[in-house]
Amino acid sequence: MPRRDLLFRMRRLRAVEETIAARYAEGRMRCPVHLSTGQEAVSAAVGLVLRPTDLAVSGHRAHTHYLGKGGSLTRMLAEIYGKATGCSRGKGGSMHLIDETVGFKGSTAIVGGTVPIGTGLALSIKRRGSDQIACVFLGDAVVEEGVFFESVNFAAIHRLPVLYVCENNLYSVYSSLAVRQPAGRVIHEMVAGLGIRTGTADGNDPEAVFASCVEHVRAIRSGGGPSFLEYKTYRWREHCGPNFDNDIGYRTESEYLAWKERDPVATYARRLLHDHELTEDDIEAMDREIAAEVQEAFVFAEASPFPSVETAGDDVYAGGVKPA
Amino acid sequence: MKRILTYAEAINEGITIAMQREPGMLCFGLGMDDPKRIFGTTVGLVEEFGRERVFDIPTSEAGMTGIAIGAALDGTPCLMTHQRLDFFILALDQLVNNAAKWQYMFGGQSASVRLVIRLILGRGWGQGPTHSQSLQSWFAHIPGLKVVMPAFPADAKGLVLSGIADGSPVVCLEHRWLHNVQGPVPEGDVRVAIGTAAVVSPGTDVTIVAMSYMTIEAHHAAQFLRAAGISVELIDLRSIRPLDWGTVLGSVRKTGRLLAVDTSHAMCSVASEIVATAACECFAELKSAPMRLTLPDHPSPTSPALAEKFYPRAEDIVAAVGRLLDVRLDGSPLAAARRWPHDVPGDWFKGPF
Repeated sequence: MPRRDLLFRMRRLRAVEETIAARYAEGRMRCPVHLSTGQEAVSAAVGLVLRPTDLAVSGHRAHTHYLGKGGSLTRMLAEIYGKATGCSRGKGGSMHLIDETVGFKGSTAIVGGTVPIGTGLALSIKRRGSDQIACVFLGDAVVEEGVFFESVNFAAIHRLPVLYVCENNLYSVYSSLAVRQPAGRVIHEMVAGLGIRTGTADGNDPEAVFASCVEHVRAIRSGGGPSFLEYKTYRWREHCGPNFDNDIGYRTESEYLAWKERDPVATYARRLLHDHELTEDDIEAMDREIAAEVQEAFVFAEASPFPSVETAGDDVYAGGVKPA
Repeated sequence: MKRILTYAEAINEGITIAMQREPGMLCFGLGMDDPKRIFGTTVGLVEEFGRERVFDIPTSEAGMTGIAIGAALDGTPCLMTHQRLDFFILALDQLVNNAAKWQYMFGGQSASVRLVIRLILGRGWGQGPTHSQSLQSWFAHIPGLKVVMPAFPADAKGLVLSGIADGSPVVCLEHRWLHNVQGPVPEGDVRVAIGTAAVVSPGTDVTIVAMSYMTIEAHHAAQFLRAAGISVELIDLRSIRPLDWGTVLGSVRKTGRLLAVDTSHAMCSVASEIVATAACECFAELKSAPMRLTLPDHPSPTSPALAEKFYPRAEDIVAAVGRLLDVRLDGSPLAAARRWPHDVPGDWFKGPF
């Protein structure tokens, strides 16, 4: 179990998301942001299990999926700042991240929209006879979309090398599971009924996520067809934006505090300290390294030039103007 | 001697050549390898290329479109076929939000979406409200898509070949009544550039701009008008997006009269776009108000009695040209010469599909 790595990755993801939250009010990140604070364990662990050559897609809340897969932090922040150096050169913003160099094939804003895309990547991978896999990050609302069923159905028929990673954070914007899915629904059990291998683990425990993911990725890579993994977790901040919104009435402060007690980052740090895996000094050193990287990335993003307005019409079709 | 193929055979040949050229390319759709072979357009494909590359699919229009986009993003070009456009409406999210925008929303940093989607338009024999829609203006509205509507066999083959070679998604609308149309088709990998219209017949008095099956009706009308001493320049758009404005507006400037014939309703139609652009760009050269010939502003009815006047025919085009020229023209001999009922494209068509 790569314990230090898991902790480092979670602390890094937390630092990025919380720095975005802290600086959002400056008004220079002028696009919607969907932060994953509280959900870091899944991105940290799954990203560690996947190989750089594996492919991944995600949805609107994708910062940590992108970073977990190895996506460039500087280019992500530059994208959120709308800069020419952004990973999508200012065309996409926070909801449209891409880093082809590490197999992060794209995140998009429409709920469930990339589930068939990731499934199609797996179809092509299988056709090519490669041992890569495709990973689709999705949330609990995605399993309410038609394309989810259509995609899983096809992946099951063709035994495609695709891993569906569902972060069940209980809410779709302000709508709770109670109004969206029947009482007693267990998402991974429902998906098992579609005929693919499924699993679940504590989404706030990076080791549990890591272990389940390793097992399923091994099965997929050895030709065993698709897997679906459900991880329950909790987003701390509002659906979209930098603030806390436990006061507006769709969920309770006590629910939030109960999940905060189970903070994946702090809990795991305590566990590693308890196990003498590392010391307080080690964690401080980690945080210093992370803070320096994040600080540098924000400086890069802020200092980068905006794209020229004349480029707003570029890249409508493939073969448009390419970067140097 | 020129080689003559049907439109369906030409499409089939285009797909076959593309599949031979691209060893990774996939070809799928509902009924892709069924006994009818999609009106004959997919004959022989599964036999030549195998079930790994040519296959039938679940009834999942949206999911399968996204899957095709994903495969394309991994370097596997895909050709999808839908036997009726109307069912493909279920897949618009994938087409509009993903396929059309993938290049743009990632600032050109993504792989390309090499995807051709063939959509067959139904008409006649009671296809009715949800089996006969002609929605090219929807697709043409979306930046990032390319939209083609070939009328003749050689163009059908050439545009399929260009579509698969293109780095952007291409929607190919194929009118059911064209599948048996015959015409010369060059052998080999002969492509037709997307975004180029064709002058079917040059003329000096009136410009008719048409697409898909309406080009055939307009062709009959143009021949009739020529015999009546009226010189029609018939332009077959072939591509709806990008649209060949140079050819269209050049012709309008020459003749000063424009009739835009569409396979769909007038509101926000391709015909409307052509009339609007001609009015904006060529106002001084126009000798009469430009006209559109489109479908009535209601869905297609099913009963042959109700559908009789729904689709404009060659005689309606003749009459419209008469209004443009302010002369009375009687196209009824064209109708009288038609030896089969109004709801079939010819005596070869026995329904029901």
